[in-house]
Amino acid sequence: MVAATYQLKRADFIFKNDNDWKKILDKSLKKPSQELINELMSSELKGRGGAGFPTGLKWKLTAEYRSDKKYVICNADEGEPGTFKDREILSEVPYKVLTAMAVCAHVVGSQEGFIYLRGEYKFLAPELTKVIGEFEHYCKEAGLNFSVKIFLGSGAYICGEETALFESMEGKRGEPRNKPPYPTSFGYLGKATVVNNVETLAHAFTIFKYGAKKFYDLGVQYSRGSKLFSVSGDTPKPGIYELELGMSLQDFVAEFGDGDTKAVQVGGASGFLVPRKRFEKTTIGYRGKLTGISLPTGGSMMLFNSSRSMYNVLDNYLDFFREESCGQCTPCRVGCQQLHSGIKAVKRGEKPAQYLNKLLKLTETMQLTAKCGLGQSVANSFSSIVENFREEMIY
Amino acid sequence: MSSQINVTINGFQLEIEKGKTILDAANKAGIIIPTLCYHKDLCIAGNCRVCVVEVAGQKRLAAACATPCEEEMEIHSNSLKVRNSRKHIIELLLSEHNSDCTKCYKNGNCELQELASEYKIMTQDFLRLAPLKNYTIDQFSPSIVKDDSKCIRCQRCVRTCAEMQGVNALTVAYKGDEMKIATFFEKAMNDVICTNCGQCVNHCPTGALVEHNYIEEVWDAISDPQKHVVVQTAPAIRVGLGEELGLEVGERVTGKMVSALKRLGFNSVLDTDFTADLTIIEEGTELLNRLRKVLAEKDDQVKLPLATSCSPGWIKYVEHMYPEFLEHLSTCKSPQQMFGALVKTYYAKANKIDPDKIVSVSIMPCTAKKFEANRPEMHDSGFRDVDYVLTTRELAIMIKQAGINFAKLPDAKYDRLMGESTGAGAIFGATGGVMEAALRTAYELVTGREVPFKNLNIIPVRGMEGVKEAGIKIDHPLKEWSFLDGIELKCAVAHGLVNAKKVMDAVKNGTSDYHFIEIMACPGGCLGGGGQPIPTSPEIRQKRTEAIYAEDKNMPLRKSHENPEVLKIYQDYLGEPLGAKSHLLLHTKYTPRDRF
Ligand SMILES: Cc1cc2nc3c(=O)[nH]c(=O)nc-3n(C[C@H](O)[C@H](O)[C@H](O)COP(=O)(O)O)c2cc1C
Ligand code: SF4
Ligand code: SF4
Ligand code: SF4
Ligand code: SF4
Ligand code: FES
Repeated sequence: MVAATYQLKRADFIFKNDNDWKKILDKSLKKPSQELINELMSSELKGRGGAGFPTGLKWKLTAEYRSDKKYVICNADEGEPGTFKDREILSEVPYKVLTAMAVCAHVVGSQEGFIYLRGEYKFLAPELTKVIGEFEHYCKEAGLNFSVKIFLGSGAYICGEETALFESMEGKRGEPRNKPPYPTSFGYLGKATVVNNVETLAHAFTIFKYGAKKFYDLGVQYSRGSKLFSVSGDTPKPGIYELELGMSLQDFVAEFGDGDTKAVQVGGASGFLVPRKRFEKTTIGYRGKLTGISLPTGGSMMLFNSSRSMYNVLDNYLDFFREESCGQCTPCRVGCQQLHSGIKAVKRGEKPAQYLNKLLKLTETMQLTAKCGLGQSVANSFSSIVENFREEMIY
Repeated sequence: MSSQINVTINGFQLEIEKGKTILDAANKAGIIIPTLCYHKDLCIAGNCRVCVVEVAGQKRLAAACATPCEEEMEIHSNSLKVRNSRKHIIELLLSEHNSDCTKCYKNGNCELQELASEYKIMTQDFLRLAPLKNYTIDQFSPSIVKDDSKCIRCQRCVRTCAEMQGVNALTVAYKGDEMKIATFFEKAMNDVICTNCGQCVNHCPTGALVEHNYIEEVWDAISDPQKHVVVQTAPAIRVGLGEELGLEVGERVTGKMVSALKRLGFNSVLDTDFTADLTIIEEGTELLNRLRKVLAEKDDQVKLPLATSCSPGWIKYVEHMYPEFLEHLSTCKSPQQMFGALVKTYYAKANKIDPDKIVSVSIMPCTAKKFEANRPEMHDSGFRDVDYVLTTRELAIMIKQAGINFAKLPDAKYDRLMGESTGAGAIFGATGGVMEAALRTAYELVTGREVPFKNLNIIPVRGMEGVKEAGIKIDHPLKEWSFLDGIELKCAVAHGLVNAKKVMDAVKNGTSDYHFIEIMACPGGCLGGGGQPIPTSPEIRQKRTEAIYAEDKNMPLRKSHENPEVLKIYQDYLGEPLGAKSHLLLHTKYTPRDRF
């Protein structure tokens, strides 16, 4: 059997339809703040929305910060092309997310929560509003003063960035802020705020239900637990899968590839392209000693077979960034234009092949100096594609 | 105190107050870090990224303007990483920019150009993006020209218009490569709520926002032997022009300025301070009339508080934002427009010159005055009352073009008829000045005594506080004014339109009981006007303010009603304040406008 080398372990926590959220909420609300924080910390849950910040630490910092008002925000902006895991969570198991938000409110001392819902997900709002109504009612019974409102996003990708999200909620243009100060002390309306991705909150529910150990036992060092992956591209079975972290890309491709996979883009447009020769050495998880690669965004895994032009792939990504950059900072706004127009110029022979080196240097500057994660991470896909598929860029 | 922390910058150790930025620390250490989006008047944006520095232990570079210092921080502002990044960023800006410096109005006074020159950006390796963009130039406004091809998107203008003026005529539109600075629906500046105050021009680091200049038109007029070209100079020019021509900030150059204007070839060099004094007589009378109607005659049709009307940026702001309060505005024209109307009537008659041959030019610290001169109602002389308005900066350009060595000029005196002024007229250039001048005259008129302030200096209305309030009690007035006995005249002074909004909202909500309010659209008053030298900052405006009050102090006459030429014009020509002739020439009406 192939099972001997088969390392892909599916997990089934997130979408398991347990109907015991009231019990979990009651149980958690009885625990002191510190105990819940410790539980999260020892689970080593990291944010599933992008930056991979330890969730327990985020709650702890917000809990410790003195502020007359605090907010809990669920980031459901899900703008990464090809990902829709947050949408699925919110339509399948919304009460898990709400429960985790309420526990967070209890931990940090907040009375108000928001779900920042991507504009395109407006259709979820009516059902979600109903669930929230029921949920708030129960919170009251359980002695927790906590309300949740839905805030509909404007459709710009950048509004998923937490500080741009605050600006947008405050009725301003969605532009990322300078950090520091961080949201844990200066967030929505200038108050201490926890922003968590939808999936992060769903995992937190798992932890509060089963305990930290059950979560921690999944995955590998630095990358604990399971994660939802949106599998797309040249694959016979596209879809959303909950998998344990720490698998090798080799195994992933064995499961999801079409037999002709030449590269996988891990983490969407702001992630990295891994070529076939590095499948074996690449582990899927957060950046750490064990892993060859980080998992920068929402868990998008896009497979490419040998019929695909990597030039076109990069062209698409850069087109996306050029348009979705908020445009405020120089390295990102102008850098994206230069990269995009630059590879075209090389392809057309208007610039020599060495011009790619100048562009690679430019991505370093973008990584070093851009104001937010968007501009900083353009270098990821650019350099991994150009370095591994240089010929395809030129000829 | 314990709120001091230690940092090192380029190996240099220093103590700095907690909460200060890396840029502050560098300034303190005497190390220059280049900036573009940063401006002392504005909140921090941190978007241009030219100020990035390396902080030991951090993977990414930090924007010096936006990053607070932390204990034991080790900062490097000149490492290889920093230099390379900075150079890249400047190159990127230039690649998106129409870098045609030789054809640019800001050539020689441009922060982007300065940086490019400092970093010796000699090559253009990156693709030129500028030609791909559909850049447009908006020059429909008589005040401001907006050239998007010169814009580096630092948003200083946007922050200026929002934070200092509360107008929000300029905002950021679109995202990504299409992100730009735009007006409402990208209409022309002339067709939106813009007040023409020019503060955005004063805060723009490049040639993207500049004044609509009329230098060539004025040269043409001067060179035309058929024309008699008269020039008037606003109070604030004499404390700004020197600065623009390389002298110290706040140096008073009244005499040199008059010399220079004569050498440029103007036929007559006159003083707007004269009509500032005249404004005091007209507006003071208007105030006292309104007080009489409201307090003595209980006429509820008459509006109080009375608001000053010498700042055309403020006027346009009210027309847009508080159209229901137009009746509160004094009907007095601004001193510039009073002057214009008199030049082509009173002056023409007295000097026996055909008014058709007169070209009336004014030198103003202000871009809004260009719009004002262009208003259709400003033709009461039968001609266009003011033909061309030049800013301090445009005058400086003409002086340089004429090859005049300004620093070496001897002092000269203003010509007569409409060249005489008082200290009261001079302080029109500073916030609180109109109020102070008006009180000096009105109080004396009502009581027969001088205002009860030492050396006539009404300190409570001076200074840089956004909104200032003062009360002046009237005791034992002359019989004619007995209804004012025991009344405290309540005054408010605001500068910068965000502050104007505060006062107006208080008036609107009925939470104030002011009788008289002075409002200037620009920070510090006209001395901080949109046509004054660039750069500007609170310190620079403070120095110009001191110069204005020094000018007042040194004048032999310091009350408008003592100006002999003012007395003469009433005797010879106008008759009495608010008389028929005054009404025709010195007063105006206002137009309600939309709120966008
Ligand atoms: C350009 C950009 C877009 C982002 N979009 C999202 C998003 O759609 N959803 C999300 O949860 N986080 C997004 N993030 C990450 C958030 O800034 C933030 O780190 C996250 O919501 C924190 O939650 P977590 O700790 O649970 O991951 C984005 C970040 C960047 C830089
Ligand atoms: S990096 Fe890009 S998206 Fe982020 S602030 Fe700068 S321009 Fe905006
Ligand atoms: S704005 Fe500055 S850099 Fe640009 S063309 Fe004008 S002078 Fe040159
Ligand atoms: S117009 Fe001037 S101030 Fe405004 S963003 Fe452009 S360069 Fe900056
Ligand atoms: S001139 Fe004044 S009102 Fe008009 S856009 Fe500039 S700052 Fe705003
Ligand atoms: S000056 Fe600091 S980012 Fe522009």
